Amino acid sequence: MTALPSYRPRVHPLWWARRRAYLVFVLRELTSVFVAWSAAYLVLLARAALAGDAEYAEFRAFAGSPWVVALNVVALAATAFHSVTFLNLAPRAMVVRLDGWRVPGFLIAGGNHSAWLAVSALVAYLVLRS
Amino acid sequence: MITLQVSRYRPGQDAEPVFQDYEVPLRSDWAVLDGLAHIKDHLDGTLSFRWSCRMGICGSCGMTVNGEPRLTCGTFLTDYGEGPIRVEPLRGFPVIRDLVVDIDDVLAKLAHVKPWLIREGEELPLTAEYTQTPAQLEAYKQYSMCINCMLCYSACPVYALEPDFLGPAAIALAQRYNLDSRDQGDRFDLLATDEGVWGCTFVGECTSACPKHVDPAEAIQRYKLTAALTSVRNLLPWGRS
Amino acid sequence: MIFDVLIVGGGGAGLRAAIAVVEADPGLKVAIVSKVYPMRSHTVSAEGGAAGVIGEGDTLDEHAYDTISGGDWLCDQDAVEAFVAEAPRELIRLEHWGCPWSREPDGRVAVRPFGGMKRMRTWFAADKTGFHLLHTLFQTSLRHQEIQRYDEWYATRLIVDDGRVHGVVAMDIRTGAIEALAARTVILATGGCGRAFPFTTNAAIKTGDGMSLAYRAGVPLKDMEFVQYHPTGLPFTGILITEAARAEGGWLINKDGYRYLQDYDLGVPTPTPKLRSMELGPRDRLSQAYVREVERGRTAETPYGQVVYLDLRHLGEARIEARIPFVRELCRSYQNLDPVTDLIPVRPVVHYMMGGVHTDIDGATPIRGLYAAGETACVSINGANRLGSNSLPECLVFGARAGAAAAREAREAPAAGERAVRAQGADERRRLEHERDRRDGGAERIADIREQMQETLEEAAGIYRTRDALDKAANRIAELRERAAAARLDDHSTAFNTEMVAALELSSMLDVAETIVACALNREESRGAHQRSDFPARDDGRFLAHSLAYRGADGGPRVELLPVTITRWPPGERVYGR
Repeated sequence: MTALPSYRPRVHPLWWARRRAYLVFVLRELTSVFVAWSAAYLVLLARAALAGDAEYAEFRAFAGSPWVVALNVVALAATAFHSVTFLNLAPRAMVVRLDGWRVPGFLIAGGNHSAWLAVSALVAYLVLRS
Repeated sequence: MITLQVSRYRPGQDAEPVFQDYEVPLRSDWAVLDGLAHIKDHLDGTLSFRWSCRMGICGSCGMTVNGEPRLTCGTFLTDYGEGPIRVEPLRGFPVIRDLVVDIDDVLAKLAHVKPWLIREGEELPLTAEYTQTPAQLEAYKQYSMCINCMLCYSACPVYALEPDFLGPAAIALAQRYNLDSRDQGDRFDLLATDEGVWGCTFVGECTSACPKHVDPAEAIQRYKLTAALTSVRNLLPWGRS
Repeated sequence: MIFDVLIVGGGGAGLRAAIAVVEADPGLKVAIVSKVYPMRSHTVSAEGGAAGVIGEGDTLDEHAYDTISGGDWLCDQDAVEAFVAEAPRELIRLEHWGCPWSREPDGRVAVRPFGGMKRMRTWFAADKTGFHLLHTLFQTSLRHQEIQRYDEWYATRLIVDDGRVHGVVAMDIRTGAIEALAARTVILATGGCGRAFPFTTNAAIKTGDGMSLAYRAGVPLKDMEFVQYHPTGLPFTGILITEAARAEGGWLINKDGYRYLQDYDLGVPTPTPKLRSMELGPRDRLSQAYVREVERGRTAETPYGQVVYLDLRHLGEARIEARIPFVRELCRSYQNLDPVTDLIPVRPVVHYMMGGVHTDIDGATPIRGLYAAGETACVSINGANRLGSNSLPECLVFGARAGAAAAREAREAPAAGERAVRAQGADERRRLEHERDRRDGGAERIADIREQMQETLEEAAGIYRTRDALDKAANRIAELRERAAAARLDDHSTAFNTEMVAALELSSMLDVAETIVACALNREESRGAHQRSDFPARDDGRFLAHSLAYRGADGGPRVELLPVTITRWPPGERVYGR
């Protein structure tokens, strides 16, 4: 007796829109593009600053144009989203034991967030002090 | 009474699944599985589904309940208010009949990761056990709790899109032995592959779906770290042992 | 293709047997036919532990004595001696295969007290011992690729010719295909048949299939009247609350908060558990005490019958979490209460069959080449009442013994009788296809007949029995059998036809039910789990003997007696708490 066919469900193209968790995941993956842009922007800034005043002024004009400002606002939001969701996942990859006691996830995530805030504050202090 | 909208697929008869509605008594201590058993016993003997222990340990009765992968023995009718409750087979698997899915692929994957204790050299005689402290037991205990219910595979979009992906339970099972102080095996070649841990994009839904708190997502991410360190060590001239 | 060893059932005993076969001779062709994937087998539900002498100050003789007195002297003592000697080795073997046994701080395996045991000798993996044991066996079996598996195949008939087994006929549940599988030896390891009763800890799959297969082939079923009621099941679901809950210090109290076991010759209450006393008495005595409490009106009324309470509150959250976390998980998920703060309502629930397929100490049945092991079998080490934590090691010890014996036999056995395989295979295929296609059945459903059978057994063959009730039940079951043969099937399809499987299971359970009632009628005494209100005393003169139920020429059971093997422990009084 040959087996009757089993039904193989197809994956819907919008599968990621159907669950909040999948949507958050896909957004997190998409925000990588903005993380990459932020890195590229920083490299351009550093190059311009090192190349001399004329180059730097030209870069400032570019950076001040409305669409770049808009893009960077979006990039900031996206990068922040990426960082927060990434750090929230950190406890899953790190199991920390102190004298047999397993450090709970929220402390690990909290520690990561705190470190992130501390570094950001230090950078802000260095930049804004002048 | 409450309505169960049950997915029916009768091979040879249905080209694709269709829903059929059944009215079952709404009792406070009835699980969805009790509702299905009531249908089978009293309303429609043709409905097929798997179940056995009805105490959340045999792993047979996983289904999709209102869109979520659940063990139906531990999911209660009253959790869904007035209903209706939609009961479908686990997603991500071929459907054999009604609520019964084909899990042979996952079974092969479980076997693939060498889920047994690997020892080198002489075995101890049968008069003495390998010692293992409670802390050493604790190191892998959580990963030994998997009941193979397949809910994690059903929740994993990677498995749905890439059927070759080894998947959550298989990798967690490998970690169960990797982290066992008695095990001397090496599963690097099985796990550190594109179909293995690197296939995981860390959606994290496997862990949310797991009814036994195995946390397969954690198992996978932890092995990624192990695999990365091992790979780096293997690249260094003095790192290879 | 002829298998050397074909095992029906993939639980603890079946998997252990399969591994024993490949260990004995990797060249042998071995297969497991199981109606569920092996890791779904009911071994998975065992909670409390597995007994094996390991601790200092314990001896094999003490384990043997506890087992024999617990079984009310109906155990075969040579079998018990072999069992207690091999149990520790088997448990250590499991440890070597990776079983996550709970440990002492120094890293050695921990043991806990258990009901009816004089010493601490019960190994445990928290309170999921059966789960871990089964998964360890299953995963270890994956290492042996020569073990061929027929997952979700339902065996419906033994092929027997000329006093020798030649294989089985089985249905592939997924496709409906019916095939004759030829084999030199067959091991039955299908577990018990608690589902023949209305209220049971047993999983849906526990329908006495292996017992029925053997019985129909002419093998007697032994000691079927001994049905164990576990004293602590959750009302409605019948979910088991492990004896370990009492071993860790839990109390049984009635509706007045009184530890009622002190009124039933089980000792005096102490704050901490005392071995072989009070809550750590044997299961039969505890379940019988419940019935007496109901009669005295000291139990609490619930929609699912009278209950007493299991009190764990004084143990505290930390101990409950560390030692019996599954108890808490089950109470929270299925009873909506927390044992840390609430009383657990419990009542006795059908848990285990002491009886089963008649075998010798190697699992061999009277049919050449046919073996049985685990709950399906009756060797007998459990006598009239099994002690908690003896059944898991029984699966291992006698699974291994049956596997080794079958491997030996397979090397010498002639090739399976091809003609018998073909003829009986074709015959069975015709029968099953006819069953499946039957459209002209009456109005009755399988489930209705099943429910009536369950109620009949509960009424007549429950904790206390009488001749009148048993007589009525015997007639009723014969009548139900006729009605079952004419029942209606809604489902005539081939793919995963679970209604067809349910019909076949019902017919297995009716076989088992018939032998339970016949053996209970025949045994005019009270011993262990078999309590006759009309014969309240043990009668060693007449009944220090096993019941053997044969299938008679008319299809009904015929009961004979077989003397118990006594080696070193003459029958005595069962003393608990004194």
